[in-house]
Amino acid sequence: MFFRENGQFKSTYRADQQLLPILQDRVFMAGLVAFAFLVVPFVASDYLFLSLVIPFLILTLAAIGLNLLVGYCGQISIGHAAFMGVGAYAAYNLVLRLPFLNFLVVLVLAGFVAAAVGMLFGIPSLRIKGLYLGVATLAAQFFLDWVFARVKWLTNYAPSASPPPVELFGWTVDTPVRKYLFLLSVLLVFTLLAKNLVRGHIGRAWMATRDMDVAAEVIGIRPIYAKLTAFGVSSFFCGVAGALWGFVHLGAWEPLAFDLNLSLSLLFMIIIGGMGSILGAYFGAAFFVVLPILLNRIPGMLGFEMSTATASHLEVMIFGVLIVLFLALEPHGLARLWAIGKQKLRLWPFPY
Amino acid sequence: MTSKIPVAILGAFLAAGLVAPLATGVSAPGFWFEVLLGGLMAGVLYSLVALGFVLIFKASGVFNFAQGSMVLFAALAVARLAERMPLWAALICAVAIMVVLAFVVERLVLRPLVNQDAVALLMATLGVTYFLDGFGQTIWGSDIYEINLGIKREPVMVLDNVFQGGVLINRDDVAATVVAVILVGALALFFQKTKTGRALRAVADDHQAAQSIGIPLNRIWVIVWSIAGVVAIVGGVIWGGKLGVQFSISQVALKALPVVILGGFTSVPGAIVGGLIIGVGEKMAEVFLGPPLVKALDLAGGGIENWFAYVLAMLFLFVRPEGLFGERRIDRV
Repeated sequence: MFFRENGQFKSTYRADQQLLPILQDRVFMAGLVAFAFLVVPFVASDYLFLSLVIPFLILTLAAIGLNLLVGYCGQISIGHAAFMGVGAYAAYNLVLRLPFLNFLVVLVLAGFVAAAVGMLFGIPSLRIKGLYLGVATLAAQFFLDWVFARVKWLTNYAPSASPPPVELFGWTVDTPVRKYLFLLSVLLVFTLLAKNLVRGHIGRAWMATRDMDVAAEVIGIRPIYAKLTAFGVSSFFCGVAGALWGFVHLGAWEPLAFDLNLSLSLLFMIIIGGMGSILGAYFGAAFFVVLPILLNRIPGMLGFEMSTATASHLEVMIFGVLIVLFLALEPHGLARLWAIGKQKLRLWPFPY
Repeated sequence: MTSKIPVAILGAFLAAGLVAPLATGVSAPGFWFEVLLGGLMAGVLYSLVALGFVLIFKASGVFNFAQGSMVLFAALAVARLAERMPLWAALICAVAIMVVLAFVVERLVLRPLVNQDAVALLMATLGVTYFLDGFGQTIWGSDIYEINLGIKREPVMVLDNVFQGGVLINRDDVAATVVAVILVGALALFFQKTKTGRALRAVADDHQAAQSIGIPLNRIWVIVWSIAGVVAIVGGVIWGGKLGVQFSISQVALKALPVVILGGFTSVPGAIVGGLIIGVGEKMAEVFLGPPLVKALDLAGGGIENWFAYVLAMLFLFVRPEGLFGERRIDRV
């Protein structure tokens, strides 16, 4: 391709274990991060931020969380939006009742609350698996939806939760650019965290449990530990994402903001993006955010009119077809396609 | 021993849910009876959806998340077709549509995914759900439609000499129950007495063994999905006739999931009994458990029935994961 990676020898274990072992990858990643922080804020329009980039960043975080559970630990969940909701309401109440707390502390605490609730609903996973667990998480979804709507204390006796704008060290996160920078930093931290979790002891325990739970138990992985930590960490990510979704993206939200549809959308993202891949969460979320906008634009460009209702139905249909297509043709999703493409390009123009 | 556990649970549940409100004298027995009947009627509807679910799971091992969407799709088809033709013709057309759908699903979803694990298949039916929801609303429209079954709306007063004030029963509920009973009877006959039915049972028992004695697996899948489609039509028509055909049907139909958990994934009687238990349980909980709960916790209204079934199923999973009538599963390495 455009670069050759031969001649890069690793002489220490440290070098062997780094996240991006190839120099060009490191350069590319550094460039990408620099681009995201330094160039994007000046180029992108407010519309682009509010309708594309900000939802993308938060949904990516949530999709990473769900992927840790579904893709890495193999426990299905159809109720993760509810854990996002737990995070959002926890953060709202923390801000409301303990206004002196720094928002970052609030985020982490909200994540812990969501993790606790997630582990509670993850307990059935110790006894049941697969399909049955789907129903148990569905129970979490409907029960928590009801709690959000009915327990008045959660919204401080108002019909909807409307928190004040986020403040960080005297810096108000209110303009699209500031929101973007804040979310990008949070996402970066959590991506690094997830990357390191899945290649460490705990991540390997999850993957062993996913691949064959009985075998994992035989080699000394406690299923209770593996499954509950997966539920906890995954809900933690989703709780933080939920708090950000409510505070930064929505601003004010109704109890139905975290309903079953969002849960299913998260599942869609990780199926399309790639189960068991952090990068996949990025791809899936990007796809999920971009597709509806494209669908709304394309008919106009081609010169025929399509009503918004038709467009949204078409969108749902395409989602459905894509899920089946990806499951049948490439179960590892866009992340796998990316890896294949990259592998091909590494050797190009030689066949091997 | 094993057969006593579900009976005991059932007994305890019935005692707690049904008799307690009566014993505490919260309300008149007539009202209690009315709630019970309402619950049973709702339970019949859940049973109908759960039935389609169980059939598919038995024959193809697929946990069909799309059953609710199939109900919605079928109901939409009948409602819109009935605007242009008599109801019986619309029903026949709808059956044809569901059979075509079964063919398509078998060819495009099940066959490419054969031998995948159950979770992948579940996600594939999630894709089918999305597709059917979008497709149904694109071709049939997304308003609320009516299905006129020609049944009078006014409720009938029965048992007014037994209870004070009598008990009100809707005619369409009675019709629904009758139809459900006929349907279950017909399915039982079909499964027990016909050659195809025997083949279906053989496939349900053991895919490989069935295939090795010459039962065409693919055709069996089409048949089973078609039957599930017909069951979806029945459920959709009854439901649509009662509440109007609208998008929320596919969400309400999700309650078939706790029903099959309770009854057991592989049991047709389980689907019926589970449906009735869930139907009665959630109505009872809503009426008798809801108000005290709202008062005690100062909630913004009841609505327990939205989650009661799921939480009940979840708790039940701890006690008996295979359901009331399901087969105990033993993992072998």
